[in-house]
Amino acid sequence: MGITFRKETFRDDFTFKNSPEHIRRFPFPFNEDAYMYAVNIEPHVVGPKGSVLENLIDVDEHYFAEMQDRALVLAEDPLRCQSLPHMTLAGWDLLELLMEQQALGYPEHFTLERDGDRWRWINRPLGIDDTFTFGDTSTLPYGPMEYITRQSQGDFCILDQRDGNLWMDAGMVTTQADWSLDFDIGMNFFEWHAPVPLAHEKGIFTRALKFLTNIQQGKPARRLNWTMTINPRLDTSPENYHKWGPDRATVTPENVGDKVHLRVELQSFWRLPRSNGIVFPIRCYLIKMDELVTQPKWARRLHRVIRDLPEELATYKGLTRYRPTLVEWLSKLDDGSPTSPGFGPD
Amino acid sequence: MAAKTIISRPIYGTLSPQPGKHHLFIADAEGAVAITDMAGKAPSGFFGSAEIVFIPGPEGKHIAALEALKPAQLHVAPSFASLLPRLRQTLTNAHMGLRLYLAGTEGLIGQAMQAALEAGIDHTSMQTEQRGSLARRMQCVHCKGITENVTTQPATCAHCGLLLLVRDHYSRRLAAFQGVCINAEDRSEIPPMEEAFP
Amino acid sequence: MSTGTTKLDVVVSDVVPVNDLVTRFHFRRRDGELLPTFSGGAHVVVEMRDGDRTRLNPYSLMGSPLDTREYTISIRRDDVGRGGSLFMHRQVKPGLEMVISYPVNLFSLDLRAKKHLMLAGGIGITPFMAQTSQLAGAGGNFELHYTCRTASLGTYADVLRERYGSRVRLYHDDREERIDLDRLLSSQPLGTHLYVCGPAGMINWVRDRAASLGWPSETVHFEHFAAPQPGAPFDVTLAVSGKTIRVGEQQSLLEAIEAAGVDPPYLCRGGVCGQCETNVISSDGKFIHNDHWLSEEDHRSGCKIMPCVSRFEGKSLVLER
Repeated sequence: MGITFRKETFRDDFTFKNSPEHIRRFPFPFNEDAYMYAVNIEPHVVGPKGSVLENLIDVDEHYFAEMQDRALVLAEDPLRCQSLPHMTLAGWDLLELLMEQQALGYPEHFTLERDGDRWRWINRPLGIDDTFTFGDTSTLPYGPMEYITRQSQGDFCILDQRDGNLWMDAGMVTTQADWSLDFDIGMNFFEWHAPVPLAHEKGIFTRALKFLTNIQQGKPARRLNWTMTINPRLDTSPENYHKWGPDRATVTPENVGDKVHLRVELQSFWRLPRSNGIVFPIRCYLIKMDELVTQPKWARRLHRVIRDLPEELATYKGLTRYRPTLVEWLSKLDDGSPTSPGFGPD
Repeated sequence: MAAKTIISRPIYGTLSPQPGKHHLFIADAEGAVAITDMAGKAPSGFFGSAEIVFIPGPEGKHIAALEALKPAQLHVAPSFASLLPRLRQTLTNAHMGLRLYLAGTEGLIGQAMQAALEAGIDHTSMQTEQRGSLARRMQCVHCKGITENVTTQPATCAHCGLLLLVRDHYSRRLAAFQGVCINAEDRSEIPPMEEAFP
Repeated sequence: MSTGTTKLDVVVSDVVPVNDLVTRFHFRRRDGELLPTFSGGAHVVVEMRDGDRTRLNPYSLMGSPLDTREYTISIRRDDVGRGGSLFMHRQVKPGLEMVISYPVNLFSLDLRAKKHLMLAGGIGITPFMAQTSQLAGAGGNFELHYTCRTASLGTYADVLRERYGSRVRLYHDDREERIDLDRLLSSQPLGTHLYVCGPAGMINWVRDRAASLGWPSETVHFEHFAAPQPGAPFDVTLAVSGKTIRVGEQQSLLEAIEAAGVDPPYLCRGGVCGQCETNVISSDGKFIHNDHWLSEEDHRSGCKIMPCVSRFEGKSLVLER
């Protein structure tokens, strides 16, 4: 029967919502009542049916609306999608990965037919039926990375591996948590993470890099990251910070439930076969507080995490201005009783 | 200067002679002193295969000191923009074995490095030494315009007029520090502007 | 979590003698599916079950990365080694079922290069077979200089000349032909990357000359898998698993650890990738380090060993395994 794709917006009137099934499958990122950085990387293997891990590349009810929002962002600012000249081969690698995974997980929506290097790609939600020559850029309307990432949820960074480091040399980045591809493209792993507080001192990035440079073909890995966003806005880029920044001053005790969103990134890491690069999909999931607190365990735990978050992290994540209001609102839903272990709702 | 910085902030060293067939120096103003200081450590005949491109700046100093090194070529240019076509041509025709030495202001080092990166030289193999002004090149992340010679914190974007926090986050590809709106959440907050990068 | 390789169940689809020393082996998947795509310079680790012994040796994939119906490797017979190449030459016939690892690339092309300059010696030609196929298919700019002992031992020299014409230069030892290395290295356009694969002496010579002539280290790439060397047997205590094992004369320390049922992660089994790095808890004796992974300081410290290629002589060795 397939997915019913919602018609909704991530800007202007903000009609984004999660259905009750999508609330329960939300990848809540806290498995205990406190949060600190860790190298929380694990194998990216298929998870339970009905979870966001049911398929390794997740497509959900927001697919159609997210792809529309991406097209709007790119029309305003084409610099959100860039690929340095040596990264075209990696773009083909990514195209293959995303077509294969989407067709495998959602055959009612996507079909890939391959006959040697003659490929036919059918994307029913977006009404696309294209035949092209794999490896020949002139047979697609965009470069291979842009073509397929205009049809795939989440941001994508492609990393070139050389000299024992990873270099962010290509990407499609329109749903980012406040970082600029246009500025960071060409940087190495340590440089583009430079603004992150505390983690460098803890040696997090050194260990993470060592792990990532050894990722093997056929053995992807994943981790969760999180922040918060006011209004269900996918495009919280630094480019537009002066446009969405004022939202943070609009939070009141009355509108917390509707305006404040937990924003979770499911980041996965895949070795690309032809280019020997790594692709780093960053899939963003949003949930408004009113939706999140329908799960009492999540409400209690989120209260404790946000209340006790170290100041540097709260500043880095941009929570400072509305944290007291949010903590006060959540505290009313926390009776102090213990929370069960694990991420999922009770 | 604040001691605490971040990893993307470039770190400059002290010029030292590298093994190689040809040596290309690009320097402005006080950067010339970094070259003459290095000359003491160079093997004899080193400057016989060296080219120095120098932007003296308004004070016009140091030219005689560079001439005294007897480089194979000394080219004096009035500005970075004026030497860029020549630099590109030199790099296009160069062979492996060319070593690059950049000395002077951050803006000069960054822009010369940008041209060299495009020619296929890795930044880790270039020698750099910062001398003179700490004024920054800044890219406004909002309008993408570059503002030269930024000395204050915050600074006003010369293109769109937003008041920007000048971060330590630096892009070699753009040869610029990142400027981000400092009062985006409440435009009525106007922090005082201070001299930060003399 | 540990990294490490995934396995592929394959069948030997062909065995082709190439010359007096070298034989080529073809593998296909047993289930008839396509093999994973790979990049030029990648290797697979081949598991050789020889009676009650299992050897695992890395070999470069030499076919075109565009053809994933089969993988091909070429193996030079080594009459004085630990027996892996002899096993392959004597025991492996078409139809034999074998297990190989997923491809892993520790000798990748730098695709930013304006030109790729490749230097091969002897059987070191194999990774370049795949890399030249990959580059030629994408219109890449490359030049290959290949040194071999004699024309008849110039493995694939004829194939390469036919495919790429003057982009391939041959040098025969028996005709006293030598690469004019300094001239070659000094005449390359800025942005060239250098790749070298061959005997250790050749790699060291090329790296040394390149450094002297001003090639930055990030532009010089080399494939240098050390083969595990045979040596006197020695005893090892594995502290974590509580086992004491003996490493045989023809066995590597890693193989002996695996034979005891302990499985450290590995990718290359040649002292390069760093995966099997092992902490030494105590030792009384002398380490014979053969790897290219640990620093000289690590080697001197006696606190770390790469069990894939390194050995030990002395009274006692206790490892954190």
